[in-house]
Amino acid sequence: MTRRQRRLYTIIGAMTLLSAAVGLVLFAARDTLVYFYSPSEVAQKHLPPDRNFRIGGLVEEGSVVRHPDGTNIDFAVTDLKTRIMVRYTSLLPDMFREGKGVIAEGKMNADGTFTASSVLAKHDENYMPPEVADALKKSGRWKETGAPSPAPGGTTQ
Amino acid sequence: MRRFANPTNFYTLAERLSPWAAAASLSLIGAGAWLGLFVAPPDYYQGEIMRIMYVHVPAAWMAMFCYAAMAASSAGGLVWNHPLAFVAAKASAPIGMVFTAIALITGSIWGKPTWGTWWSWDARMTSVVILLFLYLGYMALWNAIEEPVRAARTTAILALVGAVNLPIIKFSVEWWNTLHQPASLMRLDAPAIHSSMLTPLLLMGLGFTMFYVWMLLLRMRAEILARRIRSLRLARVQTGQH
Repeated sequence: MTRRQRRLYTIIGAMTLLSAAVGLVLFAARDTLVYFYSPSEVAQKHLPPDRNFRIGGLVEEGSVVRHPDGTNIDFAVTDLKTRIMVRYTSLLPDMFREGKGVIAEGKMNADGTFTASSVLAKHDENYMPPEVADALKKSGRWKETGAPSPAPGGTTQ
Repeated sequence: MRRFANPTNFYTLAERLSPWAAAASLSLIGAGAWLGLFVAPPDYYQGEIMRIMYVHVPAAWMAMFCYAAMAASSAGGLVWNHPLAFVAAKASAPIGMVFTAIALITGSIWGKPTWGTWWSWDARMTSVVILLFLYLGYMALWNAIEEPVRAARTTAILALVGAVNLPIIKFSVEWWNTLHQPASLMRLDAPAIHSSMLTPLLLMGLGFTMFYVWMLLLRMRAEILARRIRSLRLARVQTGQH
């Protein structure tokens, strides 16, 4: 083995070990690395009621209720399997729409509803002109995306 | 090919290639910007703000591409011990850092009207901030070590260690739930972006790549000259002429 080859194998070996170490750390920390939980994950995890966390999913079509007092807004966050009712009392982002992605930060209440302290809109990775979107909706080939896949692999603890 | 590994020959070649890279970069960015701003339609959902994508996405690609180039030349430098490889790595860092900063700033500007926040610590955004710090640390390390051969080797190791962050940035949006959306283009499925928007995006991407080549050639030439000045000075000191 020449010195050059030895250096090459040393680098490859070190990089492999380093990647494995980082991979293990990330795997161990996967629960803290997620930005939000889907409603199904919340149902599985039984998170403590006083803990602040984020839930994310789609704003369920037809679920948005704006109360006449002008500040309280109710809507359901769904991952198309489980839904959670959310109450929010501040300004919503402009991109907040029914059927679109949303992330709410707050706490679970004892009755299974969620009180949000902040709400963010989440858009998906699809970009298209308005006419194309209309044509897709008309032809029935429109499918809403942006919902998190409910609990990757079905079982995250 | 081998004869360009000689710094003097490379210098001449870089001098000759620079104007071509500049012309390609400026014309591609010009065409991409014109198509993106005036010809491509607005997005059905996000409207006009989505046009910031034509800067944000190529800048983010280049942020990662420059780091990959830096790490690859560092590895090449460590294995083959060739000074030009270290010169290329050193020259890539500030370019990549600026692309990273552009990606972060345009992302923030895009985030406010769409997500409703300038910033949030999700996995994608956090890993890109780490990339920015890796660039800064790499450049600081070059400046901290006086002796060029040692500086080249030490910084190369930092560049290689930091390369672990690249797959994390790329796959952060798939491994964990994030605020940032998944990739529209660099994915296994067909692109999730309409062809009228894809063309300006790709032109900008190519234009940014050529800009990197242009800046790289420029910086590598400057670095070769700096090293020559340094060795001339050293020779002068050694022969006692002042």
